[in-house]
Amino acid sequence: MGRWIQLLVLTFFSPHLFAQEMSFNLRPGVTAISEQVYGLHMTIFYICCAIGVLVFGAMFWSIYHHRKSKGAVPAQFHESTKVEIIWTIIPFIILIGMAIPATKTLLAMEDPSDADITIQVTGSQWKWHYKYFDQDLEFYSVMASDWDEVNGKLEKRKNYLLEVDHPLVLPIGKKVRFLMTSEDVIHSWWVPDFAVKKDANPGFINEAWTIIDKPGIYRGQCAELCGKDHGFMPIVVIAKPQAEYDAWLAEKEAAYLAKQAQELELVAMTMQQDELMSLGEKVYEKSCAACHQVNGLGLPGVFPALKDSPIALGDVTKHIEVVVNGEPGTAMQAFGKQLGLKELAAVITYERNAWGNDTGDLVQAKDVVAVQNAAQ
Amino acid sequence: MSTISDVHSDHEEHHHAPRGLMRWVLTTNHKDIGSMYLWFSFAMFIVGGAMAMIIRAELFQPGLQLVEPNFFNQMTTVHGLIMVFGAVMPAFTGLANWLVPMMIGAPDMALPRMNNWSFWILPFAFSILLASLFMEGGGPNFGWTFYAPLSTKYSPDSTALFVFAIHIMGISSIMGAINVIVTIMNLRAPGMTYMKLPLFVWTWFITAFLLIAVMPVLAGAVTMVLTDKYFGTSFFDAAGGGDPVLFQHIFWFFGHPEVYIMILPSFGIISAIVPAFSRKPLFGYSSMVYATASIAGLSFVVWAHHMFTTGMPVEAELFFMFCTMLISVPTGVKVFNWVATMWKGSLTFETPMLFAIAFIVLFTIGGFSGLMLAITPVDFQYHDTYFVVAHFHYVLVTGAIFSIMAAAYYWLPKWSGRMYDEGLGRLHFWCSLVSVNVLFFPMHFLGLGGMPRRIPDYALQFADVNAIVSIGGFAFGLSQFIFLYLVIKCIRSGEPAPAKPWEGAEGLEWDNLPSPAPYHSFTTPPEIK
Repeated sequence: MGRWIQLLVLTFFSPHLFAQEMSFNLRPGVTAISEQVYGLHMTIFYICCAIGVLVFGAMFWSIYHHRKSKGAVPAQFHESTKVEIIWTIIPFIILIGMAIPATKTLLAMEDPSDADITIQVTGSQWKWHYKYFDQDLEFYSVMASDWDEVNGKLEKRKNYLLEVDHPLVLPIGKKVRFLMTSEDVIHSWWVPDFAVKKDANPGFINEAWTIIDKPGIYRGQCAELCGKDHGFMPIVVIAKPQAEYDAWLAEKEAAYLAKQAQELELVAMTMQQDELMSLGEKVYEKSCAACHQVNGLGLPGVFPALKDSPIALGDVTKHIEVVVNGEPGTAMQAFGKQLGLKELAAVITYERNAWGNDTGDLVQAKDVVAVQNAAQ
Repeated sequence: MSTISDVHSDHEEHHHAPRGLMRWVLTTNHKDIGSMYLWFSFAMFIVGGAMAMIIRAELFQPGLQLVEPNFFNQMTTVHGLIMVFGAVMPAFTGLANWLVPMMIGAPDMALPRMNNWSFWILPFAFSILLASLFMEGGGPNFGWTFYAPLSTKYSPDSTALFVFAIHIMGISSIMGAINVIVTIMNLRAPGMTYMKLPLFVWTWFITAFLLIAVMPVLAGAVTMVLTDKYFGTSFFDAAGGGDPVLFQHIFWFFGHPEVYIMILPSFGIISAIVPAFSRKPLFGYSSMVYATASIAGLSFVVWAHHMFTTGMPVEAELFFMFCTMLISVPTGVKVFNWVATMWKGSLTFETPMLFAIAFIVLFTIGGFSGLMLAITPVDFQYHDTYFVVAHFHYVLVTGAIFSIMAAAYYWLPKWSGRMYDEGLGRLHFWCSLVSVNVLFFPMHFLGLGGMPRRIPDYALQFADVNAIVSIGGFAFGLSQFIFLYLVIKCIRSGEPAPAKPWEGAEGLEWDNLPSPAPYHSFTTPPEIK
């Protein structure tokens, strides 16, 4: 009992809970559409309240005044066509009144034409990938909260579960079109402040759009159950004024190109085991441990173990192929695009030498390139 | 009336049925089977409830404390499946078994042997489903809606067991529905015309047609999942020319009529209880029948309102928005009729009436949030958040389950021949009423505040409200044991009940049968006034 009270007190009074205020209503958001949606939400809410007051009012009046203990004698009326017609027609008229503005807003929401910028949003288990259509720029966006925060080993920070390593950056005042798709299961890209929620369906492309009015940081989450870590797949959008956006874009593009050039140089380099193993462990924990677990044991029946696995102990080339190209028909993704050459080499080395796998194999960037070239 | 009770008051002496366990295994009696359905349903209610408690315990605080995300997903999935197919639907079938023959003046259900089978395959279906939780890789973890490809390519090995269990549940439901239809069409006492049927019979009649129409669709959906996963077909895989959204169309073509399957019999129950305790005939009987039929008809053309975010053409979105809004008209008619029935009545508030009034208010709140969800542009914001969770728990828990509770209290004297403890009944009602609202009302706020559903962990701003919701959940779960204790106490040592314990009750079961009702309800047809 004492423990429960302690737990209750802890729950209600621990300071981190007050780090952020919860909104008890829908937020009006930062786009013209989201404000219209908020308006519709409040209108239909007030209509429901009014009907509720009338119906429940009549009912509680009856409960109070027409009770047997007050000597009420039951009337015997049991039908009235006139009344029935009235209370069929009135709701009908209210509904038409509601349907008109809803239709207008819906037609506007579903018109992605004349966009200034196009972003391809691709969901996969459990991260988002953004590709700027008109630029040489694409990147993955993964939850930045530490797993130790989730498991209670570290204090939870302010934007716990709502922070990512690489946020999507967009300009304000421009019509941004999103093309949504998925690489595995169905995900749903949702940013409440834009009133945009659209499913990312594997093999199909959905459209949505927004024009952001105010600069700021807007947070959302995946809204469609997409497997084990569905709850750990946040979305962060940073909206910047055009000039800042352009500067960011230029910087990002340059960095992106520099990284690609660096990748080419890596082919000639040879890394030592210590370097490969320490980098590999980091990459493994970020990209692989969600399924195969930190201890390499996987989740029996769901995700296979890597410790003592035939792939990690067998042919190196086969192992590289699985990591780079994925395993079609299973949850194993293709990491060739998600990770750099150095990271791929490191993580495969790590998998072949950690948890007592001890093959002694070192995988270098050039080995990975060989597999990638063979696939093309 | 007296002749019937004399002949049957002690059926054991001339009815050479097996005794002990075999009596229950071999029984073809509608009352025995009805009781088994009801007890089975209560057992599943506790099992599914225990899973809800695990969910609420994990969500009591942010962070992962008790379970892994994969197990959490299994809990949300199996909780939903158990509550829909194991608790609510069998409870209604049990009520139909007990009540339909008594209400229409029949001796039994029309197809008693099929009746036995339709019950007895259910425990096997749920054993298979629950056993899959203990397999390597765990049980179904893709939500009770099992959207492909999460349920095909990415599902655990136990998915075949899930498919098989759903098939058995579907066969059971279809057999139960056939039995209800055949009974109502053929075994009505002379003079019991369709427009004299009690509304519970009417609503079940319509529900049975819905069941026959949509359970095969569900069977088709699970079979396609089975072949996609194990036999290389590509119904739901774009790589083979299929479409994952096709799954959702098929599923919700079943799923939306299914939610009316779980609420139409409730309307029948409330339409029996409200007049009884208002001591006044039901207002607008025929409009109630027409409203039920139009709700059933509309239920076939609104399925895609569950799928507004999947990227449908805007024309389709408009069509489904308008049809969905239209459903509120006949549903409103029902609520208005109940209030008009109470108006100028002579009301008393025994436990069945308390649950019925709570049903009307809370189901209507669920209806309001349903109307809000129908508005497509706003649905984009509500969809897959706790607002939806609040909505369907208001219509299913304070709707369907409260009506089942109301029915249990109302007919318990007729079933057992004994009165329940009114004080305990009221205690159960008030505990349930308060806790269920602490449990589900704040979920509206969580959804509007932006918390997605089906997540094992949440951002810090949702912590306080989730803690409150969990406390409501534990209290609601515990409150149901008051009901269990009350029923056992009633059966063992309740005061003997008169044939008609409720002053204003009407119907053949009260006027023409003693309490407890005889083993075979009517061997000679009653006279219908």
